[in-house]
Amino acid sequence: MRLRRPGVGVLILALAAACAAAAQTTAPPAFDELLQLLAARRHGHVTFTEMQHLAMLERPLESSGELLYDAPDRLEKRTLKPKAQTLILEHGVLTARRGQRTHVMELRDYPQVVPFVESIRATLAGDRAALERFFRVQFDGTLAHWTLLLVPVDATLAGTVKDIRIEGERDAVRTVEIRQSDGDRSLLSIGPEVLP
Amino acid sequence: MTRPGAAGLIWALLVIIAAGIAARATYTADLSAFLPRSPSATQRLLIEQLRTGPAARLILVALEGADARTRARLSVQLARELRSDPRFIAVNNGDAASLERDREFLFRHRYLLSETVTPQRFTVAGLHAAIADSLDVLASPEGALLKPLFTRDPTGEMLGILEALGPGRGPRTTEGVWSSRDGARALLIVQTRAVGSDIDAQQAACQAIRRAIPAADRRAVRLLMSGPPVFAVASRAMIKGEVMRLSGVSAALVALLLLSVYRSLPALLLTLVPVASGALAGVASVALGFDAVHGITLGFGITLIGEAVDYSIYLFIQSAAHWRHSVWPTIRLGVLTSICGFAALLPSAFPGLAQLGLYSVTGLVAAALVTRFVLPGWLPRTFAIRDLSAPGERLARAVQKLRGVRSALWLVPLLAGAALYMHRGTLWNRALSALNPIPAADQALDEQLRAEAGAPDVRYVIVASAPDRESALAAAQTLGALLTPLIDQGVIGGFESPARYLPPLAVQRARQGSLPAPSVLSARLQEAAAGLPVSAARLQPFLLDVERARTAPPLTSADLEGTSLAAAAESLLVRSAGGWSALLPLYAVASADLSADAVARLRAALAQARSVHAALLDLQGEADRLYSGYLSEATQLAIAGFGAIVLLLWVALRSLARVTRVVAPLALSVLAVAGLLAALGERLTILHVVGMLLIVAVGSNYALFFDRSSAQPPQGSVPLTLASLLVANTATVLTFGVLACSRIPVLADLGSTVAPGTLLALWFSALLARPPAPPDAAPPSGS
Repeated sequence: MRLRRPGVGVLILALAAACAAAAQTTAPPAFDELLQLLAARRHGHVTFTEMQHLAMLERPLESSGELLYDAPDRLEKRTLKPKAQTLILEHGVLTARRGQRTHVMELRDYPQVVPFVESIRATLAGDRAALERFFRVQFDGTLAHWTLLLVPVDATLAGTVKDIRIEGERDAVRTVEIRQSDGDRSLLSIGPEVLP
Repeated sequence: MTRPGAAGLIWALLVIIAAGIAARATYTADLSAFLPRSPSATQRLLIEQLRTGPAARLILVALEGADARTRARLSVQLARELRSDPRFIAVNNGDAASLERDREFLFRHRYLLSETVTPQRFTVAGLHAAIADSLDVLASPEGALLKPLFTRDPTGEMLGILEALGPGRGPRTTEGVWSSRDGARALLIVQTRAVGSDIDAQQAACQAIRRAIPAADRRAVRLLMSGPPVFAVASRAMIKGEVMRLSGVSAALVALLLLSVYRSLPALLLTLVPVASGALAGVASVALGFDAVHGITLGFGITLIGEAVDYSIYLFIQSAAHWRHSVWPTIRLGVLTSICGFAALLPSAFPGLAQLGLYSVTGLVAAALVTRFVLPGWLPRTFAIRDLSAPGERLARAVQKLRGVRSALWLVPLLAGAALYMHRGTLWNRALSALNPIPAADQALDEQLRAEAGAPDVRYVIVASAPDRESALAAAQTLGALLTPLIDQGVIGGFESPARYLPPLAVQRARQGSLPAPSVLSARLQEAAAGLPVSAARLQPFLLDVERARTAPPLTSADLEGTSLAAAAESLLVRSAGGWSALLPLYAVASADLSADAVARLRAALAQARSVHAALLDLQGEADRLYSGYLSEATQLAIAGFGAIVLLLWVALRSLARVTRVVAPLALSVLAVAGLLAALGERLTILHVVGMLLIVAVGSNYALFFDRSSAQPPQGSVPLTLASLLVANTATVLTFGVLACSRIPVLADLGSTVAPGTLLALWFSALLARPPAPPDAAPPSGS
């Protein structure tokens, strides 16, 4: 009897450790495969539509345009409707062009902005290190139809973004849903490949 | 012996007076030696910038070593300590608290600060367009930044202000404070209250920064400092140290030389009397003639040791018996030619040179007079130095032998000419940096820290002058409106303006006047929101903020206090001689320099603003132009000095052949040295030019003695003359050689020209002199 308690304790500890390990890496082989598949893709050019639900607005903001991606760290979002604007993320610098104005910012200086762009970029690049630097990553589903749930690790980021759910099929991302802590959310739906 | 007694008395009296003047003189080691004595209008602006401009008060501080957390802790601690120190007007280390204060200030006063606040913007159409634009931003990733502000600032004024302030040129942030790009250094930008030219205050400021690092951390963390105040303090210390060190070494070497030649301590001590008298007279005359004696002048003054010591060498070696009748007249002519050379520097606009000229002229006259009238009276009856006849004889024979190769001297102009021709493209160094005493490693560190801190070295500034502060701000505002389109056209990358932080009163009033009364705004907002996904009801905070801004008292510099913007505003709005100046530093698009076309378009834009008295100042260009002016002036003065020496020789010698024989070796020496410097890849500066003049001024003494030796009938003992010339020349070469080792470029340039030049002058004179008549023992055989 005297031997049981430590035995149970050890068992519980081992279980907890196993769970923690599982939660940390959630590394079913499919996730690794997915990342490899995504990383293998060097270029992408797709259409998108985005719906943003903001509590302080009467109705959602709707926009659409094209997304261009060049591995590993150039992402361009060309919004065509309702008004043309271009956002380019390149080597950690975000450049926004609206009409005549160009606004440049270094992502490092604006941690609040990071989850909004790095979630998509790192997923497209299959960049596991970057994903795990900013998020706790949980993989679900199969390679044919998968879901990644990204939860910010940094407390300051967690203050604005609650989680990000990315769904896709094989090496194609289908939707990116960002839920913010204040209840606002946005849904980016990715359409078919734009043929050159 | 009444006459020498009287001379001694007069000498003692003059020494006391000169010592009194020298003791009361002001000594400086700042920029003043390099700034023009009577500046033009643009030069005055340049000088004002160098002395009191904001750039001259900026200290970049970096902490290196230990780990990032320790550096961050020290950065915060250092910033806290320095902020409470009245010696500093601004201390920025990028900590969140001060960034927050800046943002808070900008946001609170956004309707007075934003350039987009016009009546048009607050009409129904204007509001609609502005809110629609903000919604676009809201939909982008940047929306995360705007969202918390949207209901208070739906027209996006804050974003506009931040955009106008320019892209975040600031450094990276590591552990909550500014750091270098690689994160290995914590960075701070500090601005002193004292102006750049107040070096004592700058030194105290540098010490305060050093002391603010706790002793416990000094081992693990290295403090690096850079910026104009640090350089000013360092170069002053360097000039002081170098002058002490070099004069000490020179004096010791010359004393050693003389002791080994004379083998007599009294002779050595007596030799020092004219030298010390000359130095004292030189300092006193500069103190009388100028506001302050510059440290560099004392450095140049070391050369006096080498020259003034010659006179007593001639006196002691060439037997005092011949002194009055044969040696003194030659020395007198030599002194006069030297004076001609140095006096040519007197009219120079470069105060350093003018001081050198005055110091040397007075010093040489004093030394020569003391040697002539005071020293002979003091020689003890038993005075004797080692007899140098025997070595002199050997020397004479050696010279005689060498004369055989004098035809080889034709090679000198040929080789020198070839070297000069081959390096003709890179012969001159026309940049002011040629005189910069700061070591290249420190300059490189400065460049590196500036790049990392995002504090570029400002090269172009628009200076707007106005009678009072308010009109200076108004001028800055007017200029800003002219410059903004130039950014869009890609002519300039950006600019800073005090009016950004502190708009002129009239502008603030106009902006307040653009804001509608609450009921009007409310109604317009209602209408503007139609068709937009936002309801006017949600924007109540906006209405409240606009009303607060509409009725707020105007913004003053007191409101800026506690923000880092205060320092920006204060340093860009300065009290100047005739009133106030607003400074608008410009940034080039990509590189540090504006293209000639960009400068022309800027000038054209400035010309449009007739109501504003403004000038575009290219700090580096102006400084280089200034130096370039000095250089060509020095060349002209050197030529004039050379001409005066030739004229003097003509008057004294009255023979074209004799003048040629004196001048030819000097000209050859100058040519040879210039060729040598060029061949070694040295680029000639103003001090090289002055050095060449000194070769002629000093070398002429040697040539004159050779001229005397070859006269008919021969005057004095040829071997003894030769021996004394060799000793005198060695003393000169030693002192200038010591100078050539200086770390201060101006001193090194002078030394490296004069040391080889005078050496060559002696040998060329020996080789080119007419063969001396046979010595007295064997009378001339009449040929």
